[in-house]
Amino acid sequence: MRWTYLDVITDLVKDERCVAIRNISLAEEVLHDHFAMDEQAGRRPVPVMPNTLVIEGAAQCGGILTGHARDFKEKVVLAKIGKANFTGISAGPGTTLRHTAHLDRIDGSGSATVNTVELIDPHTGDVQPYAEIELMFSHVDQNRKGLAFPEHNFVFTDDFMDLLQRSGFPVDASIDPRQGT
Amino acid sequence: MTENEVFEKVRTVLEDALGVDEDEVTKDATLVGDLGAESIDFLDIVFRLEKSFDIKIDQAELFPDNVLNDPAYVQDGKVTDEGFALLKERMPHADLDGFADNRDVEEFSNVFTVQAVTRFIQARV
Repeated sequence: MRWTYLDVITDLVKDERCVAIRNISLAEEVLHDHFAMDEQAGRRPVPVMPNTLVIEGAAQCGGILTGHARDFKEKVVLAKIGKANFTGISAGPGTTLRHTAHLDRIDGSGSATVNTVELIDPHTGDVQPYAEIELMFSHVDQNRKGLAFPEHNFVFTDDFMDLLQRSGFPVDASIDPRQGT
Repeated sequence: MTENEVFEKVRTVLEDALGVDEDEVTKDATLVGDLGAESIDFLDIVFRLEKSFDIKIDQAELFPDNVLNDPAYVQDGKVTDEGFALLKERMPHADLDGFADNRDVEEFSNVFTVQAVTRFIQARV
């Protein structure tokens, strides 16, 4: 998580699940350049969230769950997108994406998570399935294969600790990069 | 469970993990050379095998390539006698005859065949 893409973590249960919220705003630059239209339905182009970034949100959610399982001591990176099925509905400005990651498997080398994404319309309260995504994560220090990575944890940075704390979850001082700065 | 039943389940696992077609997953196919597996795919395969056969697998038992990271067992890019003996001991499920000739580390991945995975599982179920 060298950049933080989720707004808040609403649920974090060790070895089980992580739920996070990502609100979509028209102020986001990416929406200024990404439109969907449906000529057959006569729908004008409207700004929508690219699904690649929805996968980024899922990856961060699954990455947090994987990191939490090892007390954020491993460097967790996305290694594989096994499957990403989208229902086809659009996520536009003013809506919310709710990411839920379930831990499917974990061992010393990495993990597999099964993620669901729901689209929430805060105005009506409607909740619709948006995507199902299967991801794999690597604990990079255990899979170096001769590659060199920085010693410091570049995944769970001070920005991430801010997110965790702001979401109401305790941050252990022993893994908090903000300590001593 | 017969070897063929194990093979059919292994084949499904490999189709899902590697995104390959059923007819590509022959017993002689190598995971890396023929089916395009990369390092993270080995973890994916282990997880899927565990789930499919309801067993616990240590990745280093099925794919003990960590032996090759030990300088004591590799010299000038070739596996030493000691290293080869260790591989034979740890990989009874694999056919190492072809590898025995040149023991080139770069070619070690060729011993990871669909048949080797099938035999490994067969011994566990």
